[in-house]
Formats: sequence, structure tokens, C-alpha cells
Amino acid sequence: MLKLVRAIISRDLRLAMRRRADIVSALFFFIIVVSLFPLGVGPEPELLRKLAPGVLWVAALLATMLSLPRLFADDHRDGTLEQLALAPQPLGLIVLGKVLAHWLVSGLPLALLAPVLGLQFDLSTDALWVLTCSLLIGTPALSGIGAIGAALTLGVRGGGVLLSLLVLPLYIPVLIFGAGAVDATVTGLGAQAHLSLLGALTLAGVFFAPWPTAAALRIALE
Amino acid sequence: MLEVSNLECVRGERRLFAGVGFRLDAGEMLYLQGANGSGKTSLLRMLCSLSPAQEGEIRWRGESIGKLGEDYRRELCHLGHHNAIKEELTPLENLRTSARLADEALDEGTALDALEQLGLAGREDLPCRYLSQGQKRRVALARLVNERRALWVLDEPYVALDSSAIERVAGLIGAHLQRGGLAVLTTHQAVAVAAGKVRELVLAPDGQA
Amino acid sequence: MSNKLINWFRFASPQAFYPLAGRMIPWFWALAAVFGIAGLYVGFLVAPTDAQQGEGYRIIFLHVPASWMSMFIYLVMAFWAGLGLAFNFRLSGMMATALAPTGALFTFLSLWTGALWGKPMWGTWWVWDARLTSELILLFLYVGFIALQSAIDDPRRADKAGAILALVGVVNIPIIYFSVKWWNTLHQGSSVSLTKSPSMAMTMLLGMLLCALACWMYAIAVALMRVRTIMLERERHTEWVREELGMKAKEQ
Repeated sequence: MLKLVRAIISRDLRLAMRRRADIVSALFFFIIVVSLFPLGVGPEPELLRKLAPGVLWVAALLATMLSLPRLFADDHRDGTLEQLALAPQPLGLIVLGKVLAHWLVSGLPLALLAPVLGLQFDLSTDALWVLTCSLLIGTPALSGIGAIGAALTLGVRGGGVLLSLLVLPLYIPVLIFGAGAVDATVTGLGAQAHLSLLGALTLAGVFFAPWPTAAALRIALE
Repeated sequence: MLEVSNLECVRGERRLFAGVGFRLDAGEMLYLQGANGSGKTSLLRMLCSLSPAQEGEIRWRGESIGKLGEDYRRELCHLGHHNAIKEELTPLENLRTSARLADEALDEGTALDALEQLGLAGREDLPCRYLSQGQKRRVALARLVNERRALWVLDEPYVALDSSAIERVAGLIGAHLQRGGLAVLTTHQAVAVAAGKVRELVLAPDGQA
Repeated sequence: MSNKLINWFRFASPQAFYPLAGRMIPWFWALAAVFGIAGLYVGFLVAPTDAQQGEGYRIIFLHVPASWMSMFIYLVMAFWAGLGLAFNFRLSGMMATALAPTGALFTFLSLWTGALWGKPMWGTWWVWDARLTSELILLFLYVGFIALQSAIDDPRRADKAGAILALVGVVNIPIIYFSVKWWNTLHQGSSVSLTKSPSMAMTMLLGMLLCALACWMYAIAVALMRVRTIMLERERHTEWVREELGMKAKEQ
């Protein structure tokens, strides 16, 4: 079973490496969106410090949304998804592999880039540290929950917009605890509780979401 | 081995076929024929348990395939209308990846050999997007060289192939039947397969099949 | 056992349910009217004027039932959807589809009346209170469900996809509610606490219950009407629909 998950991850990573432009554009989207906010609200460090957690987290949600429609669409178009659905293993495991691979190419780079952008918002070292941690812990949940939406909208008219409509409300808890962790650090409260809850959400998102996703994929393939 | 009884297929508001039934035993092949849009592909997808049958039943070794689930899929090899190969990967990578995902070990030598048998020698390290339509189909079909699962379900395997490749693929299918395998395929080209008993089924609108 | 099952399954087929629903609809409308009039009578004429909030509070006779309904209908919808997914009943998918717009309507109504109530009470149309925020997110979930179903052409696929979404939503609602509540307590500073409910007079409660019953009956009646339309639309190629429509045509 682990072998299968590993095989999927290595396949998806290899494919992503051959199409690096996609990863880079999602990252630049993240950078641009975050950089627009100071231009919109003004450069006062006090205000920016207050806005930073929310802005960075919302931008991370949106950047994740960008890559989600392609999570299954490419495999669907060239017939690979059918083959995966016919593999003699549970489809949920394959989805789990794809979710992890998606996180490695979308969530992980966002988390690693975030502290640099946090500097623009005058965040303290502590806050930067917590920001990176919260993104590292929280973004896998975004990939997991997003996979459900991606599978439900597979091959559907106007899939991309619909996907955001379905998935963004479900992202709210992740946003609250993720941004809340940074916020708590900025205001001097501990981030511990937020990060633990975020971790719980991620565990639930990554390990439970593949099953409804697999069901949705089978429906889409019918 | 494979028994199909009273199968019905409704797509949207149209009934494509009804009352389709056949039986296939070890070493036998079924040619599925019919006009465009008569439901050949739909029938194959039902055989693969990708889409549910509205009516009727499909049994494998006496058990309904819905119940067998993974046990059935373990014995099934499906080649669809799409090639299921990745344009970014080379033929060699494609072949080995699909074997790994099907939980089969395929070492590099065997894979290279399979590609060579389908006339892809010298192309194994070229990303598939540089290959022609026929060559891509060959990459997809190279899977069959080392395929030992019992039931092959092939949707238009000969499409886009030249005559020498068609012969090779027919040879692969013949060898499979000789080993006691089963094959169901749709095709518009009648190709002689060396061994095995061949059955034919023509899909005609609304239950006259 | 088998007898019972057959009886149940009989009404699970659209053909059997269609006339039954048709016979029930007028009754539910009548009950909705009776409860509605009674509730409004109690609400406007019997219930005393609130000492703190004056006459404006009377909007709760619509606001509170609408909020109850909005949440409850989502649960019912998810229940039908799950039933359809598990047992492949055509009817349950149709019921879920038929309930969604009513649920969304009540959610919207609840937000709207909440805003109208909020303005005179706290001087603002909107506060980011946990309950208001959750209600808003619930509206998003309804909209997502309706949008997903209408984007898929094949009704069977639409039913199943919608069912998965509804079930995922149901699992998420408590998580969302909890997280919003947590978020709210952290940002308490500027907002008003709505959790402290004023002691309620017996007549107020009675009026609210009557109005809630009226909303119930209305929701059932409307859902049944909608489900009848969906049935006709989806099964328009079957014999019984043709007969049904043919009969109607002759009558006129």
C-alpha cells in the first residue's frame, strides 16, 4: 500500500518537474497578491503587521485554488485516471498519493516563501517562524479538502469557478486557525493551541478527504 | 468465465442497447461490432466496472463483478479509447510507471524489450509528445507484451496503427488466448488472430443484438 | 419484513410518489396558512411589547424560525442525499434537489431579518458574530450545492455529486461553527455579544413555535411541489408521465 502511494507521488512529482512553469506561476501569483495589499491599504508598519497573517493566509488559499483544477483534469483527459480507477488497490490510496504530491509542489513552496513576504509586512522573527509553521501544518489540509472539490467538478462546465465556490467555504476553519496562530503570536498570546487544532484539521483533511474524493471520481468516470 | 446477461445501457435519454448477453470462456475472444454510437465503448466500460449497468448482470468466475471489486480488477487489463500515456514522460517511463501503478514489477530490460517488439526501438527516451499518433498507440499497447492478467478489454486497439504493428498486436492477442486468456475487443478492422475461438456480437439499436 | 419493505419501496418510486405528493400538497398549504395566521396573531397582537427592545423585536417571529429551518433543511437534505447515495433511490436525490432552494431561501431570510433586527438593536446591519458568520457560510454551502447540481447535465451524476458535497458539508458544519466561535471569542473587542438571550415570555415562545410550524408546512409543501416538477422533467420519456400529462391536457 505504501508502495502504491510512493509510486503515485514520484510519478506526479516527475510530471510536475517537467512542467515547472505551472509551479512558478502559482508562486508568483502568491507573491503578487501579497504585494498588492500594502499598495492598497498604505505602508504604515503598524497596520501591515496587523493585516499580515490574514493577507498571507488568504493569498495562500487562492494560490492553492489555482492549481487544484488540474489535480485530476490532466489524468482524466488522457485516460490515465481510468487506469488508476481500475488498479487493484483502493482508489482512496491513489488519491492520498496525489494529494501529498500536490502539497509538495503547491503548499510546501508557499510555506517556504512566506517568511520572505512576511518581512515586507514588518513581522517579527517569532511571527515569521509561526507563520511558516502554520503554513507547513495547514496547507496539506487545503490540498486534501480541495481534492474533493476538484473531483466533484471534474469535466463540469465552468469547473474552475465552481471549484472555488465549493471549496473556499470549507477552507474557513483552516484559515481561522492558520491566520489565528500568527495573530496570536503578534498579540503576544501563544500559538500552541491554534497550531494543534490546525494539525488536527490537517490530519482529518489528508486522511479522510481521499475517500469522498475517490467516490466523486468514480461518479465522474461513469 | 465471463458471463453477461440481459445488459441494458441508457445514455442520457436514449437507450443504446438492451438484452445483451454472451458468455466467454478461457482462450476465447469476443469481437464487439456495431455502428458508431451503438454503445460499444459503453459496454466495455460496463465490463470494466467503470460504469454501472442499469439492468442485467456481469459475472466473472460465477460471481458478480460488483461484489468481486478489487479481486476482479486484479485480473482485468483495460486499454481504453485514450492511450493513458503521459506526454511529458518517455515511452520507457510511461511503461514502467503504469506497471508500478498496477502493482507489477517491470525491470528496465523487459520494458525496453517490449518497446522494441512494438517497433519503438530508438524512441524510448523521447518524451511522448514528440511521437506520432500511431507511435503513441504503440506505447500504450506495449503494456500487453508482458501482460499476464486473464481478461483483456481493448477498445479499438488497432486504431492509428500501420499494418505491421497491427500484425504484432494481433500476435500478442493470439498468444494471450493460447495461454488461456480472454479478450473482448471492439474494432472496425477485421484482423485474423492466430489462435483461440472467436465469437462475434453485433450491437444493434434497442435489443435486437 | 419483506411486506414492509415492499410498501416502503413502493413510494420510493417516482411513479407511486407523484400522485401521493399531489394529494398531500393542499393539506400542507392549508396547515401552513393556519399556523401562519395563528403565529402572526400571537406575535403581533398577543405577545407583549418588549421592555428593552420595543416593537422592533417582533421580527424574531420570522427570524428565529427561518434560522431553525435553514439549519434543519440542510440536515434533511443531506439525509436524503446520503440515502440516495447508499441505496440508489431515484426519489431521494430528487428530494435533496427540491429542498436546496427552500433551504437557501430560509438562510437568506434569516440573514436579512437578522440585519433588519440588528440595525435598531445594536445600531449596525452586520456584526461578525459567530452565529451570523456561520449562517453566512451556510448560505455559501447551499449556493455551492445548487451551483454544482445545475452545472452537471446528467441528473444521476448531479444527484450523486450533490450527495457527496452535502455529506461533506454536514461533517464540516460543526467544525466550521466551532472554528468561527473560537475566532469570535478571540476578536471579541468590538463586537456585541448576542449569546445572552433575554428572558422570554411564554406567549413569545408560543408565537415562535407557531411560526416555526408554519415555516415547516410551507417548506414541505413547496418541496413537494418542486419534487413533482423534477419528476415530470426527468421522467418525461416514461409511460406514466405521458399518461399524466395527456390526462391533464384532455381535462382542460
